[in-house]
Amino acid sequence: MISKTRHAIRLDLQIIADMVEPGSRVLDVGCGDGALLDHLATTKQVDGRGMELSMEGVRAAVSQGLSVIQGDADIDLEDYPSNAFDYVILSQTLQATYNPRIVLENLLRIGKRAIVSFPNFGYWKARVHLVLGGRMPVSSTLPHQWYETPNIHLCTIKDFVILSRLLGITVVQGIAVNADGDTRTMSAMGRRANLFAEQAVFLLERD
Amino acid sequence: MAKAKTTSPDIIAHLCVDEPLRLASGAELSPVTVVYQTHGTLNANKSNAVLVCHALTGDQYVVNTHPVTGKPGWWSEVVGPGLIIDTDRFFVICPNVLGACMGTTGPKETNPDTGRPWNLEFPVITIDDMVRLQAKLLDHLGIEQVFCVIGGSMGGMQVLEWAAKYPERVFAAVPIATSYRHSAQNIGFHEVGRQAIMADPDWCEGDYLAQGKIPHKGLSVARMAAHITYMSEASLHRKFGRRLQDRDQVAYSFDADFQVESYLRHQGSTFVERFDANSYLYITRAMDYYDLAEEHGGELANAFRGTPVRYCIISFSSDWLFPTAESREIVHALNAVAANVSFVEIDSDKGHDAFLLDEPEFHEVLTGFLDGAAAHRGLPRRKTAGDGV
Repeated sequence: MISKTRHAIRLDLQIIADMVEPGSRVLDVGCGDGALLDHLATTKQVDGRGMELSMEGVRAAVSQGLSVIQGDADIDLEDYPSNAFDYVILSQTLQATYNPRIVLENLLRIGKRAIVSFPNFGYWKARVHLVLGGRMPVSSTLPHQWYETPNIHLCTIKDFVILSRLLGITVVQGIAVNADGDTRTMSAMGRRANLFAEQAVFLLERD
Repeated sequence: MAKAKTTSPDIIAHLCVDEPLRLASGAELSPVTVVYQTHGTLNANKSNAVLVCHALTGDQYVVNTHPVTGKPGWWSEVVGPGLIIDTDRFFVICPNVLGACMGTTGPKETNPDTGRPWNLEFPVITIDDMVRLQAKLLDHLGIEQVFCVIGGSMGGMQVLEWAAKYPERVFAAVPIATSYRHSAQNIGFHEVGRQAIMADPDWCEGDYLAQGKIPHKGLSVARMAAHITYMSEASLHRKFGRRLQDRDQVAYSFDADFQVESYLRHQGSTFVERFDANSYLYITRAMDYYDLAEEHGGELANAFRGTPVRYCIISFSSDWLFPTAESREIVHALNAVAANVSFVEIDSDKGHDAFLLDEPEFHEVLTGFLDGAAAHRGLPRRKTAGDGV
Protein backbone atom coordinates (compact mmCIF):
# COMPACT_ATOMS: atom_id res chain seq x y z
CA MET A 1 0.00 0.00 0.00
CA ILE A 2 2.70 2.47 0.96
CA SER A 3 4.30 4.20 -1.97
CA LYS A 4 8.06 4.21 -1.63
CA THR A 5 8.54 6.68 -4.47
CA ARG A 6 8.32 9.99 -2.71
CA HIS A 7 7.29 12.21 -5.59
CA ALA A 8 4.90 10.11 -7.64
CA ILE A 9 1.50 10.76 -6.06
CA ARG A 10 -2.10 10.40 -7.17
CA LEU A 11 -3.17 13.02 -9.70
CA ASP A 12 -5.75 14.72 -7.48
CA LEU A 13 -3.16 14.89 -4.69
CA GLN A 14 -0.73 16.61 -7.08
CA ILE A 15 -3.42 19.16 -7.95
CA ILE A 16 -4.04 19.75 -4.24
CA ALA A 17 -0.32 20.07 -3.54
CA ASP A 18 -0.06 22.75 -6.23
CA MET A 19 -2.69 24.82 -4.39
CA VAL A 20 -0.72 24.89 -1.11
CA GLU A 21 1.65 27.79 -0.36
CA PRO A 22 5.11 26.68 0.81
CA GLY A 23 5.79 26.75 4.54
CA SER A 24 2.12 26.75 5.57
CA ARG A 25 0.33 24.79 8.30
CA VAL A 26 -1.74 21.96 6.86
CA LEU A 27 -4.23 19.46 8.31
CA ASP A 28 -4.99 16.54 5.99
CA VAL A 29 -8.28 14.92 6.99
CA GLY A 30 -8.52 11.34 5.73
CA CYS A 31 -4.81 11.33 4.96
CA GLY A 32 -4.56 7.58 4.30
CA ASP A 33 -0.94 6.43 4.59
CA GLY A 34 0.23 10.05 4.52
CA ALA A 35 1.40 10.20 0.87
CA LEU A 36 0.23 13.81 0.43
CA LEU A 37 1.62 14.96 3.80
CA ASP A 38 4.95 13.37 2.99
CA HIS A 39 4.95 15.03 -0.44
CA LEU A 40 4.04 18.43 1.04
CA ALA A 41 6.70 18.15 3.74
CA THR A 42 9.37 17.26 1.16
CA THR A 43 8.45 19.67 -1.62
CA LYS A 44 6.79 22.56 0.23
CA GLN A 45 8.23 22.42 3.76
CA VAL A 46 4.75 22.50 5.29
CA ASP A 47 4.05 21.88 8.97
CA GLY A 48 1.67 18.99 8.34
CA ARG A 49 -0.73 16.99 10.49
CA GLY A 50 -3.06 14.22 9.52
CA MET A 51 -6.20 12.45 10.63
CA GLU A 52 -7.12 9.01 9.34
CA LEU A 53 -9.91 6.59 10.19
CA SER A 54 -8.12 3.32 9.37
CA MET A 55 -5.52 2.11 11.84
CA GLU A 56 -3.57 0.60 8.95
CA GLY A 57 -3.18 4.05 7.40
CA VAL A 58 -2.32 5.70 10.72
CA ARG A 59 0.37 3.13 11.49
CA ALA A 60 1.90 3.51 8.05
CA ALA A 61 1.94 7.31 8.33
CA VAL A 62 3.32 7.51 11.88
CA SER A 63 5.92 4.88 11.03
CA GLN A 64 7.19 7.27 8.35
CA GLY A 65 7.59 9.99 10.96
CA LEU A 66 4.41 11.91 10.05
CA SER A 67 2.18 13.48 12.72
CA VAL A 68 -1.06 11.59 12.24
CA ILE A 69 -3.84 10.62 14.64
CA GLN A 70 -6.51 7.99 14.37
CA GLY A 71 -9.74 9.92 14.14
CA ASP A 72 -13.07 10.37 12.40
CA ALA A 73 -13.87 13.50 10.37
CA ASP A 74 -17.50 13.31 11.51
CA ILE A 75 -16.55 13.35 15.20
CA ASP A 76 -13.03 14.60 15.83
CA LEU A 77 -12.92 17.85 13.82
CA GLU A 78 -15.04 19.41 16.55
CA ASP A 79 -12.02 19.37 18.88
CA TYR A 80 -9.83 21.67 16.82
CA PRO A 81 -9.74 25.40 17.53
CA SER A 82 -10.71 27.92 14.84
CA ASN A 83 -8.05 29.24 12.45
CA ALA A 84 -5.53 26.65 13.61
CA PHE A 85 -4.31 25.84 10.09
CA ASP A 86 -3.67 27.64 6.81
CA TYR A 87 -5.22 24.75 4.88
CA VAL A 88 -7.45 21.87 5.82
CA ILE A 89 -7.50 19.21 3.12
CA LEU A 90 -10.20 16.61 2.54
CA SER A 91 -9.35 14.44 -0.44
CA GLN A 92 -11.81 11.84 -1.70
CA THR A 93 -13.40 11.62 1.75
CA LEU A 94 -16.36 14.05 1.82
CA GLN A 95 -18.64 11.52 0.14
CA ALA A 96 -17.89 8.96 2.86
CA THR A 97 -18.82 11.21 5.81
CA TYR A 98 -22.14 11.01 7.66
CA ASN A 99 -22.66 14.75 7.68
CA PRO A 100 -20.81 16.43 4.80
CA ARG A 101 -22.34 19.81 5.56
CA ILE A 102 -20.99 19.92 9.13
CA VAL A 103 -17.66 18.50 8.00
CA LEU A 104 -17.38 21.25 5.37
CA GLU A 105 -18.26 23.92 7.92
CA ASN A 106 -15.61 22.53 10.26
CA LEU A 107 -12.96 22.51 7.53
CA LEU A 108 -13.46 26.23 6.97
CA ARG A 109 -13.65 26.98 10.66
CA ILE A 110 -10.37 25.22 11.46
CA GLY A 111 -8.55 26.32 8.32
CA LYS A 112 -8.28 29.73 6.72
CA ARG A 113 -8.73 27.82 3.48
CA ALA A 114 -9.96 24.33 2.64
CA ILE A 115 -9.15 22.06 -0.28
CA VAL A 116 -11.75 19.43 -1.10
CA SER A 117 -11.67 16.78 -3.82
CA PHE A 118 -14.41 14.30 -4.63
CA PRO A 119 -15.71 12.08 -7.45
CA ASN A 120 -18.32 13.89 -9.58
CA PHE A 121 -21.58 11.93 -9.65
CA GLY A 122 -22.76 14.22 -12.47
CA TYR A 123 -20.07 12.88 -14.84
CA TRP A 124 -21.80 11.80 -18.05
CA LYS A 125 -20.69 8.19 -17.77
CA ALA A 126 -22.21 7.98 -14.31
CA ARG A 127 -25.43 9.40 -15.70
CA VAL A 128 -25.41 6.88 -18.56
CA HIS A 129 -24.80 4.04 -16.11
CA LEU A 130 -27.83 5.05 -14.11
CA VAL A 131 -30.23 6.33 -16.81
CA LEU A 132 -29.56 3.86 -19.60
CA GLY A 133 -27.99 0.97 -17.71
CA GLY A 134 -30.41 1.33 -14.83
CA ARG A 135 -27.66 0.53 -12.35
CA MET A 136 -25.55 2.43 -9.84
CA PRO A 137 -22.34 3.66 -11.50
CA VAL A 138 -19.10 1.73 -11.02
CA SER A 139 -15.91 3.28 -12.42
CA SER A 140 -12.27 3.89 -11.58
CA THR A 141 -13.20 6.79 -9.27
CA LEU A 142 -16.27 4.95 -7.92
CA PRO A 143 -14.93 1.41 -7.80
CA HIS A 144 -17.40 -0.13 -5.34
CA GLN A 145 -20.69 -1.90 -5.88
CA TRP A 146 -23.61 -0.19 -4.14
CA TYR A 147 -23.76 -2.84 -1.42
CA GLU A 148 -20.18 -2.40 -0.27
CA THR A 149 -19.34 1.22 -0.99
CA PRO A 150 -18.12 3.50 1.81
CA ASN A 151 -19.52 6.40 -0.25
CA ILE A 152 -22.83 7.31 1.37
CA HIS A 153 -23.14 10.97 0.33
CA LEU A 154 -22.21 11.23 -3.29
CA CYS A 155 -22.83 14.56 -5.01
CA THR A 156 -22.34 16.35 -8.31
CA ILE A 157 -20.14 19.38 -8.88
CA LYS A 158 -23.30 21.45 -9.13
CA ASP A 159 -24.58 20.11 -5.80
CA PHE A 160 -21.28 21.00 -4.18
CA VAL A 161 -21.22 24.55 -5.55
CA ILE A 162 -24.79 25.12 -4.33
CA LEU A 163 -23.94 23.85 -0.83
CA SER A 164 -20.85 26.07 -0.73
CA ARG A 165 -22.99 29.13 -1.50
CA LEU A 166 -25.51 28.11 1.12
CA LEU A 167 -22.72 27.93 3.71
CA GLY A 168 -21.19 31.26 2.71
CA ILE A 169 -18.10 29.62 1.24
CA THR A 170 -16.23 31.18 -1.69
CA VAL A 171 -14.81 28.95 -4.40
CA VAL A 172 -11.36 30.42 -4.99
CA GLN A 173 -10.49 27.85 -7.60
CA GLY A 174 -12.21 24.80 -9.06
CA ILE A 175 -10.28 22.24 -11.07
CA ALA A 176 -12.06 19.65 -13.19
CA VAL A 177 -10.29 16.39 -13.93
CA ASN A 178 -11.51 14.25 -16.82
CA ALA A 179 -11.06 10.53 -17.32
CA ASP A 180 -7.77 11.00 -19.19
CA GLY A 181 -6.36 12.99 -16.28
CA ASP A 182 -6.57 16.30 -18.15
CA THR A 183 -7.32 19.23 -15.90
CA ARG A 184 -9.05 22.54 -16.54
CA THR A 185 -10.27 25.42 -14.44
CA MET A 186 -14.03 25.47 -13.97
CA SER A 187 -16.44 28.30 -14.53
CA ALA A 188 -18.29 29.74 -11.52
CA MET A 189 -21.15 27.21 -11.62
CA GLY A 190 -19.03 24.47 -13.21
CA ARG A 191 -21.83 23.64 -15.69
CA ARG A 192 -19.56 22.04 -18.28
CA ALA A 193 -17.40 20.37 -15.64
CA ASN A 194 -20.51 18.88 -14.04
CA LEU A 195 -21.00 16.80 -17.17
CA PHE A 196 -17.43 16.18 -18.31
CA ALA A 197 -15.32 16.00 -15.14
CA GLU A 198 -14.80 12.64 -13.48
CA GLN A 199 -13.55 14.31 -10.32
CA ALA A 200 -13.22 17.82 -8.93
CA VAL A 201 -10.79 19.69 -6.69
CA PHE A 202 -11.94 22.91 -4.98
CA LEU A 203 -9.93 25.56 -3.16
CA LEU A 204 -12.33 27.25 -0.76
CA GLU A 205 -12.37 30.10 1.71
CA ARG A 206 -14.93 31.83 3.90
CA ASP A 207 -16.82 34.78 2.42
CA MET B 1 34.18 -3.52 14.85
CA ALA B 2 34.48 -3.59 18.62
CA LYS B 3 31.15 -2.95 20.26
CA ALA B 4 31.13 0.37 22.09
CA LYS B 5 30.55 0.19 25.80
CA THR B 6 27.06 1.51 26.28
CA THR B 7 26.17 0.29 29.71
CA SER B 8 27.14 1.58 33.10
CA PRO B 9 26.47 0.69 36.72
CA ASP B 10 24.20 2.62 39.06
CA ILE B 11 25.07 6.29 39.34
CA ILE B 12 24.12 8.12 42.52
CA ALA B 13 23.24 11.82 42.70
CA HIS B 14 22.67 13.66 45.96
CA LEU B 15 20.23 16.42 45.12
CA CYS B 16 18.19 19.06 46.95
CA VAL B 17 21.01 19.55 49.46
CA ASP B 18 20.84 23.35 49.75
CA GLU B 19 17.22 23.72 48.82
CA PRO B 20 14.74 21.00 49.84
CA LEU B 21 12.36 19.29 47.45
CA ARG B 22 8.98 20.79 48.24
CA LEU B 23 6.31 18.13 47.80
CA ALA B 24 2.71 18.56 46.71
CA SER B 25 1.65 17.56 50.23
CA GLY B 26 3.57 20.53 51.65
CA ALA B 27 6.27 18.33 53.18
CA GLU B 28 9.94 18.92 52.33
CA LEU B 29 12.73 16.45 51.65
CA SER B 30 16.44 17.22 51.89
CA PRO B 31 18.76 15.83 50.78
CA VAL B 32 17.27 13.50 48.15
CA THR B 33 19.22 10.67 46.59
CA VAL B 34 18.49 9.66 43.01
CA VAL B 35 19.93 6.46 41.60
CA TYR B 36 19.98 6.23 37.82
CA GLN B 37 21.58 4.48 34.89
CA THR B 38 22.68 5.94 31.57
CA HIS B 39 23.39 4.41 28.19
CA GLY B 40 25.09 6.00 25.19
CA THR B 41 26.90 9.32 25.12
CA LEU B 42 25.62 12.84 25.67
CA ASN B 43 26.49 14.90 22.59
CA ALA B 44 28.36 18.23 22.72
CA ASN B 45 25.28 20.46 22.73
CA LYS B 46 23.41 18.09 25.06
CA SER B 47 20.48 17.70 22.68
CA ASN B 48 20.27 13.91 22.42
CA ALA B 49 19.06 12.91 25.89
CA VAL B 50 16.14 10.49 26.22
CA LEU B 51 14.53 10.26 29.64
CA VAL B 52 12.95 6.85 30.19
CA CYS B 53 10.33 6.85 32.96
CA HIS B 54 9.62 3.51 34.57
CA ALA B 55 6.29 2.04 35.66
CA LEU B 56 4.96 1.26 39.16
CA THR B 57 7.21 -1.72 39.84
CA GLY B 58 9.92 -0.85 37.32
CA ASP B 59 13.33 0.56 38.10
CA GLN B 60 16.50 1.96 36.55
CA TYR B 61 17.40 -1.44 35.05
CA VAL B 62 15.91 -0.63 31.68
CA VAL B 63 18.77 -2.31 29.81
CA ASN B 64 21.08 -3.96 32.32
CA THR B 65 20.43 -7.23 34.08
CA HIS B 66 18.44 -6.80 37.27
CA PRO B 67 20.74 -7.32 40.27
CA VAL B 68 18.11 -9.23 42.27
CA THR B 69 16.23 -11.27 39.68
CA GLY B 70 19.05 -11.76 37.20
CA LYS B 71 16.56 -11.02 34.41
CA PRO B 72 17.35 -8.78 31.41
CA GLY B 73 16.46 -5.08 31.69
CA TRP B 74 12.71 -4.43 31.45
CA TRP B 75 13.01 -2.68 28.06
CA SER B 76 16.22 -4.29 26.82
CA GLU B 77 14.55 -5.10 23.49
CA VAL B 78 13.75 -1.43 22.91
CA VAL B 79 16.74 0.44 24.34
CA GLY B 80 20.26 -0.34 23.15
CA PRO B 81 22.78 0.10 20.33
CA GLY B 82 20.95 0.05 16.99
CA LEU B 83 17.61 -0.62 18.70
CA ILE B 84 14.51 1.60 18.66
CA ILE B 85 15.83 3.94 21.33
CA ASP B 86 19.24 3.78 19.74
CA THR B 87 22.02 4.31 22.25
CA ASP B 88 24.44 4.83 19.35
CA ARG B 89 22.61 8.13 18.79
CA PHE B 90 20.80 8.93 22.01
CA PHE B 91 21.92 9.40 25.61
CA VAL B 92 19.42 7.42 27.66
CA ILE B 93 18.79 8.28 31.30
CA CYS B 94 16.62 6.05 33.46
CA PRO B 95 16.24 7.12 37.10
CA ASN B 96 14.61 5.14 39.86
CA VAL B 97 11.57 7.25 40.88
CA LEU B 98 11.07 9.03 44.18
CA GLY B 99 9.50 6.65 46.70
CA ALA B 100 10.81 3.51 44.99
CA CYS B 101 13.10 0.90 46.46
CA MET B 102 16.15 0.49 44.25
CA GLY B 103 18.23 3.24 45.81
CA THR B 104 16.36 6.49 45.22
CA THR B 105 14.99 8.13 48.38
CA GLY B 106 11.92 6.21 49.51
CA PRO B 107 10.32 4.67 52.60
CA LYS B 108 12.97 1.97 53.04
CA GLU B 109 15.90 4.42 52.95
CA THR B 110 17.22 6.11 56.07
CA ASN B 111 15.49 9.17 57.45
CA PRO B 112 18.42 11.55 58.15
CA ASP B 113 16.57 12.98 61.16
CA THR B 114 16.18 9.65 62.97
CA GLY B 115 18.85 7.42 61.46
CA ARG B 116 16.16 4.75 60.94
CA PRO B 117 14.23 3.75 57.80
CA TRP B 118 11.51 6.24 56.95
CA ASN B 119 8.76 3.61 56.79
CA LEU B 120 5.41 5.37 57.20
CA GLU B 121 7.06 8.61 58.26
CA PHE B 122 7.97 9.06 54.62
CA PRO B 123 5.76 11.81 53.18
CA VAL B 124 3.07 10.85 50.67
CA ILE B 125 4.35 11.65 47.18
CA THR B 126 2.77 12.40 43.81
CA ILE B 127 3.64 11.94 40.14
CA ASP B 128 4.31 15.66 40.10
CA ASP B 129 6.88 15.23 42.90
CA MET B 130 8.62 12.43 40.97
CA VAL B 131 8.86 14.64 37.89
CA ARG B 132 10.15 17.68 39.79
CA LEU B 133 12.91 15.52 41.22
CA GLN B 134 13.77 14.25 37.71
CA ALA B 135 14.00 17.89 36.58
CA LYS B 136 16.54 18.48 39.32
CA LEU B 137 18.50 15.48 38.07
CA LEU B 138 18.57 17.03 34.57
CA ASP B 139 19.74 20.33 36.10
CA HIS B 140 22.47 18.35 37.83
CA LEU B 141 23.47 16.82 34.48
CA GLY B 142 23.39 20.23 32.79
CA ILE B 143 20.69 19.14 30.35
CA GLU B 144 18.39 22.02 29.45
CA GLN B 145 16.07 20.10 27.14
CA VAL B 146 15.64 16.37 26.59
CA PHE B 147 15.08 15.15 23.05
CA CYS B 148 12.41 12.77 24.28
CA VAL B 149 10.70 11.69 27.46
CA ILE B 150 9.08 8.28 27.14
CA GLY B 151 7.38 5.73 29.36
CA GLY B 152 4.47 3.34 29.75
CA SER B 153 1.74 3.10 32.40
CA MET B 154 2.92 5.15 35.42
CA GLY B 155 5.91 6.08 33.24
CA GLY B 156 3.40 7.58 30.80
CA MET B 157 1.87 9.66 33.59
CA GLN B 158 5.33 11.10 34.24
CA VAL B 159 5.70 11.82 30.51
CA LEU B 160 2.43 13.78 30.46
CA GLU B 161 3.41 15.63 33.62
CA TRP B 162 6.79 16.49 32.09
CA ALA B 163 5.24 17.85 28.89
CA ALA B 164 2.64 19.85 30.82
CA LYS B 165 4.96 21.22 33.49
CA TYR B 166 8.17 21.76 31.51
CA PRO B 167 7.10 22.12 27.86
CA GLU B 168 10.26 24.03 27.00
CA ARG B 169 12.42 21.21 28.37
CA VAL B 170 10.86 18.45 26.25
CA PHE B 171 11.19 18.18 22.46
CA ALA B 172 9.13 15.00 22.04
CA ALA B 173 6.88 13.11 24.44
CA VAL B 174 5.72 9.50 24.14
CA PRO B 175 3.13 8.50 26.76
CA ILE B 176 2.29 4.82 26.27
CA ALA B 177 -0.61 2.76 27.69
CA THR B 178 -1.44 5.44 30.18
CA SER B 179 -3.97 8.04 31.26
CA TYR B 180 -4.10 11.65 32.38
CA ARG B 181 -5.87 10.53 35.55
CA HIS B 182 -6.22 7.33 37.48
CA SER B 183 -9.71 5.90 37.09
CA ALA B 184 -11.99 4.88 39.96
CA GLN B 185 -11.58 1.26 38.87
CA ASN B 186 -7.79 1.53 39.03
CA ILE B 187 -7.85 3.25 42.40
CA GLY B 188 -10.04 0.36 43.54
CA PHE B 189 -7.51 -2.24 42.38
CA HIS B 190 -4.71 -0.35 44.13
CA GLU B 191 -6.72 -0.20 47.32
CA VAL B 192 -7.12 -4.00 47.23
CA GLY B 193 -3.35 -4.31 46.98
CA ARG B 194 -2.70 -1.90 49.81
CA GLN B 195 -5.25 -3.55 52.07
CA ALA B 196 -3.68 -6.95 51.39
CA ILE B 197 -0.28 -5.59 52.50
CA MET B 198 -1.65 -3.84 55.56
CA ALA B 199 -3.68 -6.91 56.60
CA ASP B 200 -0.48 -8.97 56.81
CA PRO B 201 0.61 -9.13 60.51
CA ASP B 202 4.23 -9.11 59.29
CA TRP B 203 3.68 -5.61 57.92
CA CYS B 204 3.94 -4.46 61.57
CA GLU B 205 2.20 -1.12 60.92
CA GLY B 206 4.90 -0.41 58.35
CA ASP B 207 7.79 -1.09 60.72
CA TYR B 208 8.69 -4.57 59.39
CA LEU B 209 12.32 -3.70 58.57
CA ALA B 210 13.12 -2.90 62.21
CA GLN B 211 11.28 -6.06 63.31
CA GLY B 212 13.26 -8.23 60.90
CA LYS B 213 10.11 -9.27 59.04
CA ILE B 214 8.67 -8.93 55.53
CA PRO B 215 4.92 -8.88 54.75
CA HIS B 216 5.46 -11.65 52.25
CA LYS B 217 1.88 -12.81 52.00
CA GLY B 218 0.32 -9.36 51.77
CA LEU B 219 2.68 -8.01 49.12
CA SER B 220 2.41 -11.26 47.21
CA VAL B 221 -1.40 -11.09 47.10
CA ALA B 222 -1.18 -7.43 46.05
CA ARG B 223 1.03 -8.45 43.13
CA MET B 224 -1.20 -11.38 42.15
CA ALA B 225 -4.27 -9.14 41.94
CA ALA B 226 -2.36 -6.46 40.04
CA HIS B 227 -0.84 -8.98 37.64
CA ILE B 228 -4.30 -10.02 36.46
CA THR B 229 -5.01 -6.41 35.52
CA TYR B 230 -1.85 -6.28 33.39
CA MET B 231 -3.09 -9.10 31.18
CA SER B 232 -6.13 -9.57 28.99
CA GLU B 233 -8.62 -12.39 29.30
CA ALA B 234 -7.40 -13.61 25.90
CA SER B 235 -3.76 -13.70 26.95
CA LEU B 236 -4.56 -15.49 30.23
CA HIS B 237 -6.66 -17.98 28.31
CA ARG B 238 -3.95 -18.56 25.71
CA LYS B 239 -1.29 -19.01 28.35
CA PHE B 240 -3.23 -21.22 30.78
CA GLY B 241 -6.81 -21.89 29.78
CA ARG B 242 -8.30 -24.14 32.46
CA ARG B 243 -5.28 -26.43 32.37
CA LEU B 244 -4.35 -28.15 35.62
CA GLN B 245 -0.99 -27.84 37.33
CA ASP B 246 0.98 -31.14 37.65
CA ARG B 247 -2.15 -33.22 37.98
CA ASP B 248 -4.75 -34.98 35.87
CA GLN B 249 -7.80 -33.99 37.84
CA VAL B 250 -8.82 -31.40 40.39
CA ALA B 251 -7.71 -32.26 43.92
CA TYR B 252 -10.86 -31.13 45.70
CA SER B 253 -8.67 -28.83 47.79
CA PHE B 254 -7.41 -25.28 47.81
CA ASP B 255 -4.02 -26.18 46.37
CA ALA B 256 -3.01 -24.52 43.13
CA ASP B 257 -5.01 -26.93 40.98
CA PHE B 258 -4.98 -24.62 37.98
CA GLN B 259 -1.89 -23.45 36.12
CA VAL B 260 -3.09 -19.88 36.36
CA GLU B 261 -3.10 -20.12 40.16
CA SER B 262 0.38 -21.57 40.24
CA TYR B 263 1.60 -18.84 37.86
CA LEU B 264 0.12 -16.03 39.95
CA ARG B 265 1.52 -17.48 43.17
CA HIS B 266 4.93 -17.59 41.53
CA GLN B 267 4.57 -13.99 40.30
CA GLY B 268 3.59 -12.92 43.80
CA SER B 269 6.43 -14.62 45.65
CA THR B 270 9.19 -13.57 43.23
CA PHE B 271 7.94 -9.98 43.38
CA VAL B 272 8.41 -9.89 47.15
CA GLU B 273 12.11 -10.63 46.68
CA ARG B 274 12.68 -7.48 44.65
CA PHE B 275 10.14 -4.96 45.90
CA ASP B 276 9.48 -3.16 49.15
CA ALA B 277 5.95 -3.29 50.58
CA ASN B 278 5.92 0.30 51.82
CA SER B 279 7.18 1.54 48.45
CA TYR B 280 4.24 -0.28 46.91
CA LEU B 281 1.88 1.65 49.20
CA TYR B 282 3.46 5.01 48.39
CA ILE B 283 3.78 4.60 44.64
CA THR B 284 0.28 3.21 44.13
CA ARG B 285 -0.96 6.22 46.11
CA ALA B 286 0.97 8.59 43.85
CA MET B 287 -0.79 7.06 40.82
CA ASP B 288 -4.20 7.30 42.53
CA TYR B 289 -3.70 11.00 43.18
CA TYR B 290 -2.76 11.71 39.57
CA ASP B 291 -5.25 13.89 37.70
CA LEU B 292 -3.64 16.22 35.18
CA ALA B 293 -7.00 17.81 34.29
CA GLU B 294 -7.70 18.63 37.92
CA GLU B 295 -4.27 20.26 38.17
CA HIS B 296 -5.44 22.60 35.39
CA GLY B 297 -8.85 23.70 36.54
CA GLY B 298 -10.64 20.56 35.39
CA GLU B 299 -9.85 21.24 31.71
CA LEU B 300 -7.21 18.88 30.34
CA ALA B 301 -6.55 21.07 27.30
CA ASN B 302 -5.32 23.80 29.65
CA ALA B 303 -2.40 21.54 30.55
CA PHE B 304 -1.15 21.77 26.97
CA ARG B 305 -2.03 25.29 25.79
CA GLY B 306 0.73 26.67 23.54
CA THR B 307 2.70 23.43 23.83
CA PRO B 308 5.69 23.17 21.44
CA VAL B 309 6.15 19.45 22.21
CA ARG B 310 5.72 16.73 19.55
CA TYR B 311 3.51 14.01 21.02
CA CYS B 312 3.06 10.37 20.13
CA ILE B 313 0.25 8.74 22.11
CA ILE B 314 0.13 4.95 21.93
CA SER B 315 -2.48 2.59 23.38
CA PHE B 316 -3.20 -1.13 23.06
CA SER B 317 -6.59 -2.49 22.01
CA SER B 318 -6.85 -5.11 24.78
CA ASP B 319 -5.54 -2.90 27.62
CA TRP B 320 -8.47 -2.63 30.01
CA LEU B 321 -6.40 -1.04 32.79
CA PHE B 322 -5.56 2.02 30.68
CA PRO B 323 -8.05 1.67 27.83
CA THR B 324 -7.70 3.44 24.48
CA ALA B 325 -10.63 5.73 25.36
CA GLU B 326 -8.41 7.44 27.94
CA SER B 327 -5.61 7.97 25.43
CA ARG B 328 -8.20 9.36 23.06
CA GLU B 329 -9.17 11.96 25.66
CA ILE B 330 -5.55 13.09 25.77
CA VAL B 331 -5.58 13.32 21.96
CA HIS B 332 -8.80 15.39 22.05
CA ALA B 333 -7.19 17.80 24.52
CA LEU B 334 -4.08 18.08 22.36
CA ASN B 335 -6.18 18.68 19.25
CA ALA B 336 -8.05 21.41 21.09
CA VAL B 337 -4.77 23.33 21.31
CA ALA B 338 -3.69 22.29 17.78
CA ALA B 339 -0.66 20.46 19.17
CA ASN B 340 1.64 18.33 17.06
CA VAL B 341 0.32 14.89 17.89
CA SER B 342 0.36 11.36 16.56
CA PHE B 343 -1.95 8.75 18.02
CA VAL B 344 -1.99 5.04 17.34
CA GLU B 345 -3.92 2.23 18.95
CA ILE B 346 -1.95 -0.98 18.50
CA ASP B 347 -3.96 -4.12 17.84
CA SER B 348 -2.82 -6.58 20.49
CA ASP B 349 -4.46 -9.17 22.70
CA LYS B 350 -1.72 -8.99 25.33
CA GLY B 351 -3.38 -6.42 27.58
CA HIS B 352 -1.65 -3.61 29.44
CA ASP B 353 1.71 -5.41 29.53
CA ALA B 354 1.91 -5.27 25.73
CA PHE B 355 4.16 -2.22 25.96
CA LEU B 356 6.84 -4.39 27.58
CA LEU B 357 6.47 -7.25 25.11
CA ASP B 358 7.52 -8.02 21.57
CA GLU B 359 4.84 -6.18 19.57
CA PRO B 360 6.18 -5.54 16.05
CA GLU B 361 3.54 -2.93 15.13
CA PHE B 362 4.21 -0.98 18.31
CA HIS B 363 7.95 -1.08 17.67
CA GLU B 364 7.46 0.02 14.06
CA VAL B 365 5.39 3.04 15.11
CA LEU B 366 7.83 3.98 17.86
CA THR B 367 10.77 3.75 15.46
CA GLY B 368 9.04 5.93 12.87
CA PHE B 369 8.03 8.57 15.38
CA LEU B 370 11.46 8.77 17.06
CA ASP B 371 13.33 8.86 13.75
CA GLY B 372 10.99 11.58 12.43
CA ALA B 373 11.37 13.63 15.61
CA ALA B 374 15.16 13.16 15.56
CA ALA B 375 15.28 14.52 12.01
CA HIS B 376 13.31 17.59 13.13
CA ARG B 377 15.67 18.02 16.07
CA GLY B 378 18.70 17.79 13.75
CA LEU B 379 20.00 14.59 15.35
CA PRO B 380 21.87 12.00 13.28
CA ARG B 381 19.96 9.44 11.26
CA ARG B 382 19.82 5.79 12.21
CA LYS B 383 22.73 3.84 10.73
CA THR B 384 21.45 1.35 8.20
CA ALA B 385 23.24 -1.71 6.88
CA GLY B 386 24.24 0.14 3.70
CA ASP B 387 25.90 3.06 5.45
CA GLY B 388 29.13 1.27 6.33
CA VAL B 389 31.06 2.45 9.35
